[in-house]
Amino acid sequence: MKISVVITLKKDVLDPQGKVIHQALDGMGFNDVNEVRQGKYFEIDTKETNPKKAKDEVEEMCKKLLANLVIENYKIIDAQ
Amino acid sequence: MKSSVITFPGSNCDRDMDVALKKFGFKNKMVWHQDVELPKSDLVVLPGGFSYGDYLRCGSMASKSKIMQSVINFANSGGMVMGICNGFQILVETGLVPGVLLRNKYLEFICKNVFVKISDKDNNYFKNINNNLLELHIAHNEGNYFCTNDQLKEIEDNTQVAINYCNREGKVEETFNPNGSIKNIAGIFNKEKNVLGMMPHPERMIDPSLSGEDGSLFFKNLINNLK
Repeated sequence: MKISVVITLKKDVLDPQGKVIHQALDGMGFNDVNEVRQGKYFEIDTKETNPKKAKDEVEEMCKKLLANLVIENYKIIDAQ
Repeated sequence: MKSSVITFPGSNCDRDMDVALKKFGFKNKMVWHQDVELPKSDLVVLPGGFSYGDYLRCGSMASKSKIMQSVINFANSGGMVMGICNGFQILVETGLVPGVLLRNKYLEFICKNVFVKISDKDNNYFKNINNNLLELHIAHNEGNYFCTNDQLKEIEDNTQVAINYCNREGKVEETFNPNGSIKNIAGIFNKEKNVLGMMPHPERMIDPSLSGEDGSLFFKNLINNLK
């Protein structure tokens, strides 16, 4: 099954890339944007067919490698 | 004194470090990242470069490579482990030193000489060094040291800050902070101070005709401290 994970920077962590993207959007005329935060998205295709077990395993992956918990949060957004 | 330099795919300061260590009397061995055992060493160095192409987060992939378990065990048993630049990024990813290194605040790759103030001499890296300042070279895109407020308090309480960016007079101020690091931090120790991670490259400052000699001061002092 496929598990989708999104990794985002924690609220207090400076995101200079997000800031520059925000400025670019502003320059393009998208003036309603309050803030842009850039993150990462992973699709993990696993042999595990039990959704609970697959999610638990991906959570371990997030903790051990995919995210650095000092600065990032992870969220499993989809399993199918 | 025996040293080991670990080479990861994408390391590019490993041979410079080898030259520097040998110049000041270390018997150095190069160790491949897929090796499992460390040779007997008094010092292990994780060199600069772009291990694994900086994929995922700088240093994250290298921190999981085979040799790293031996490096972690060596560090946990009191062995001296020094990570320079990408080596520092690898160290934070292993958790041997606290915090992380974020993208530079102004999104630019910085390649220049900087001055750093030695903030702690109660350790085997800087003990007995005459200077309070060193002029060293930095070359990085992700050297913006960050940690949580709780971590910062702990780091400061344990005097784990090794070096801070400063000007040539030794003033540590935001103006002299090249990359946005919290409190101008350029290098930190673990609690026991046998592990040092720092962004500046002492191995690039060992030849007066090419660069400068402050790296020589560092290595000469280091080997004397280890004898």
